[in-house]
Amino acid sequence: MSGGSIIIFVLKIFAALVIAIFGIVLGLFCKGIDRKLAAMMQSRVGPPIRQPFLDFFKLMIKENIVPDNAVPWIFNGAPILALVSTISILFYIPFGPIPALLGNSGDLILIAYLLAIPAIALVAGGFSSGSTYASIGAQREMVLMMSYELPLVTIIITLGWRLNLAYPGLKVFSLAALSANPIWGLVGPLGFIGALLLLFTLVIVTPAELSIVPFDIPEAETELAGGVLVEYSGRNLALFQLTNAVKMVVMAALTVALFFPYNIAPLFSLSGALASVIDTLFFFVKLIVVIFFEATFIRVAVARLKIDQASVVYLIFLSAIGLLGLLFIAMDYII
Amino acid sequence: MKLDKYLDRSLWVFHLNTGSCNGCDIEIVALLTPRYDVERFGIKLVGSPKHADVLLITGPVNRKMLPRLKLIYEQTPDPKAVIVVGTCGTSGGVFYDSYNIVGPVDKHIPVDVYVPGCPARPEGIINGVLKAWLKLERLRGLSGKEVEQKIEEVKA
Ligand code: SF4
Repeated sequence: MSGGSIIIFVLKIFAALVIAIFGIVLGLFCKGIDRKLAAMMQSRVGPPIRQPFLDFFKLMIKENIVPDNAVPWIFNGAPILALVSTISILFYIPFGPIPALLGNSGDLILIAYLLAIPAIALVAGGFSSGSTYASIGAQREMVLMMSYELPLVTIIITLGWRLNLAYPGLKVFSLAALSANPIWGLVGPLGFIGALLLLFTLVIVTPAELSIVPFDIPEAETELAGGVLVEYSGRNLALFQLTNAVKMVVMAALTVALFFPYNIAPLFSLSGALASVIDTLFFFVKLIVVIFFEATFIRVAVARLKIDQASVVYLIFLSAIGLLGLLFIAMDYII
Repeated sequence: MKLDKYLDRSLWVFHLNTGSCNGCDIEIVALLTPRYDVERFGIKLVGSPKHADVLLITGPVNRKMLPRLKLIYEQTPDPKAVIVVGTCGTSGGVFYDSYNIVGPVDKHIPVDVYVPGCPARPEGIINGVLKAWLKLERLRGLSGKEVEQKIEEVKA
């Protein structure tokens, strides 16, 4: 390795650390805003926005209990695996005008796989904790995971396919290419409806990814006493909470990058450093708006579904809507 | 394990019914409504004793619940506080001297705060949780070893 590439390597590691810490802080902050908004929708005052930080620090000082009949290395390893895989998604997602750190070496398909890992870690942790409640929760998590994967993949395939038709030879699954050419500009009126359907699909898939009401069936506080997380306490629980917070940012950033990658600076004909600052701020505003509609609004407005209902919603209805979106976009191209 | 200021702004409570008449349980649920909204103070009702910092215990402990009560007390990770809600958990109340009652709660596990009333008022329960902060505060500033010693003392 030459001197230059070593420096770049070190810089990249440093940037990765910064992104990881920034992602965690942003995730907890978004969680706080989410809780505040949910409280306001229920006409409560709600916790302060820094509440998730307090919860996290408190969990870190609590005793960490590993049950006697758990498998310790899986039980303790699962939260770390979940957090690491979620944070690594952040390296592949552009944050507004800031390009992704590893944008050249990973694409949307990699992200789809990485998104599955936290769920798998939860399942492993649930099964290894040796509690009946956790096993039931883990089984539900698996069923749910298999259900929402198909609609999610439909979205990815459609967007990539349409972009390939418009610009053959482009790296169509890379997020940079996708957000440089948003779907809305590529299609006619029929395809526009199709793209709306795809957006709807993504919005409904997100609550299951984040396991919040109405799809928090694996965690179901009231019947399953916390489900997969029932045996987790202290540090391990804190790590799972962090995972969830970062995943929230990831899903929202993904939605923004795929469907709303527009910048505000060109409107005011700004340029240079000021434009990037404004665009970054605008990106965070978009992020919070998306989180409100993908998580908070849905979670307050509806009650929890049963696992069989959730499966039907995803495997039949949502897949149908996603495929309909695909069909519309295909017809738009043919006509 | 070192206590710090985060604990008293983020108390997660687990609610355990040891055979109460359900009166106090409803009052506990009332804490979560917009009128009392304990989430303001970071107090959250959790579904598993493993997640809890504070045990809210209602009811006079009947024979069947006794082993579960002890188990759940031991499952709650340290540092923790125990609050008895309602007169019947404090002294037996209307169930005093019944054939199936082995309570009150403090005969079996250490209790930090008693909230009297039959049923206890939601304001009283909020006040009780505030008092639990005070108990946890006394442990603050001590080193990890000292906290563990204190906890052992209380257990003994
Ligand atoms: S104190 Fe009274 S209201 Fe409360 S649980 Fe006991 S009997 Fe019921």
